[in-house]
Amino acid sequence: MIPMLIFMFCAALAVAGAITLIWSREPIHSALALVLVMMSLAALYLLIGAPFISAVQVIVYAGAIMVLFVFVIMLLNFGLEERTKFSKLAIPGIILAFILMAEIGWRLAHSAGGRTAPLVEASTRDLSEMLFRQYLFPFEATSILILIAVLGALVLARKES
Amino acid sequence: MELIYQHPVLVAAIIKIAVLLFIVMTALAYLTWLERKAIAHIQSRWGPYNVGAHGLLQPLADGIKFLFKEDVTPPVASKFVYTLAPFLALSLGLTSIALIPFGPTTGKNGVYLFGQPAWAVTDLNIGLLMLFAVGSLGVYGVALAGWSSNSKYPLLGGLRSSAQMVSYEVSLTMSVVGVVLVAGTLSFSELIEKQSGPFWHWNIFSLRWGGVPQIIGFICYLTAAVAETNRVPFDLPEAETELVAGFHTEYSSFKFAMFFMAEYANMITVSCLATILFLGGWLSPFPDSWHWQWFLPGAGLLALAAYCAWNTVAEMRGIARLQLGVVTLLAGGGGLFCLIPVVAEHIQGPFWFTTKILAILFFYIWMRATLPRFRYDQLMSFGWKFLLPLSIANLVITALAVVLWPLVRHG
Repeated sequence: MIPMLIFMFCAALAVAGAITLIWSREPIHSALALVLVMMSLAALYLLIGAPFISAVQVIVYAGAIMVLFVFVIMLLNFGLEERTKFSKLAIPGIILAFILMAEIGWRLAHSAGGRTAPLVEASTRDLSEMLFRQYLFPFEATSILILIAVLGALVLARKES
Repeated sequence: MELIYQHPVLVAAIIKIAVLLFIVMTALAYLTWLERKAIAHIQSRWGPYNVGAHGLLQPLADGIKFLFKEDVTPPVASKFVYTLAPFLALSLGLTSIALIPFGPTTGKNGVYLFGQPAWAVTDLNIGLLMLFAVGSLGVYGVALAGWSSNSKYPLLGGLRSSAQMVSYEVSLTMSVVGVVLVAGTLSFSELIEKQSGPFWHWNIFSLRWGGVPQIIGFICYLTAAVAETNRVPFDLPEAETELVAGFHTEYSSFKFAMFFMAEYANMITVSCLATILFLGGWLSPFPDSWHWQWFLPGAGLLALAAYCAWNTVAEMRGIARLQLGVVTLLAGGGGLFCLIPVVAEHIQGPFWFTTKILAILFFYIWMRATLPRFRYDQLMSFGWKFLLPLSIANLVITALAVVLWPLVRHG
């Protein structure tokens, strides 16, 4: 009962945040709405018994990436976003959204009516076992990709002399 | 009663949160008093003296003043974010304190409320990570306050502050990883239990078989924590000669007070964390077999009562004499209460924890009275070019030692 209520509340918050993110014309309000989405997702992770993922979600997305977003918005001081009347891309977008929703609805209707993943509390140790043994190569490859991105940013930011 | 039996965790949590909130709010108020008083005495002044004996009612007077001042919102401010920022700052500051265990959570020395450990609101097994998660959001309060005021100085102050907090958060986290590596856990109570023994087993010294001294980590942590809480000598965000009052220039009345309280709440949090990670948390520096240490809290309070009594009779006049008399009675009564053996035995944990926190807080205040402010470029290069490499070096050495110790032991 109580978990269901919490789930409903967080899910509603996440959806409301996502709608505000697109609706708002003020960049900083959009950024804050995205933070709200991240936080509600973190709460949902807690609910399914993954406290580590939840904490990392908050630290990485809400605490690091979105802070940089807010920082850049503050620094550049954008005005209000400009709106067009109608975008041609909206039509395929709406179609795709309908397909996605239909797919999710179909899957939900045909699933066994409940959760399928086992609800076990994943400890930090379990997670590191997977990350540093089973998936060590993808993990290291990802870190090298991120390093390349950092180097690229440095090269772009370097002064021409 | 039904409710208690059905949801003991929930009921215990609500009671603990209410009590902790009351204690923390009072502590915040008197921390400002302590700070003003200590700095005043270091600078050969009296500090607050007129409102209550020794200015003891000054925090109350300040609180009332904040409540009744006019709350000015600049007409050009972004109203929603402008109001949100102080709420974020204070609520996040207080949330992090709720993650801290103030005394033993297991075993016979723990105190229990409906079967739940009473000294900790919650004892998560990823407490440290959660604390950093909440702490990493703290920068929003400052950044949004600076942006939403729609004014020059707050914007500059907010930018400076968020850049500083983001930069020093890296060193702060890095300096702590060493401790986590040695202990192999993220739970606060386990981190503390692993340091048990004489005081040289605490992580800062760690002089034992298989231990790695974390003294460099401790120094890095303390420095980064000062910068993280925007305190002297890293209080660039509120350098008044350059930026008036930094990010909270446009805030008045209770919204300003909320930023103020958030700063002190953060100070308490980082002191708690330093105590837990490096100074053995609620563990006593003396061996457990020395039973006379149980009477230290009571003896300390009685000594305070004796001093207050002498002061009341010798120096106070009029209403101040009455006020200090009340303080004397409270300290004396508290002291006698703490001398009851059962009580004395069970308040050992919180007593040592509080003592260590107070020592670190005093160090903070002492620093504020002593050191001048850094220049902004000095601040940044110190953070990135000195503190971060140092904490990474500490991490590398610790990691090596953790890997090599078992080899030494087993040959």
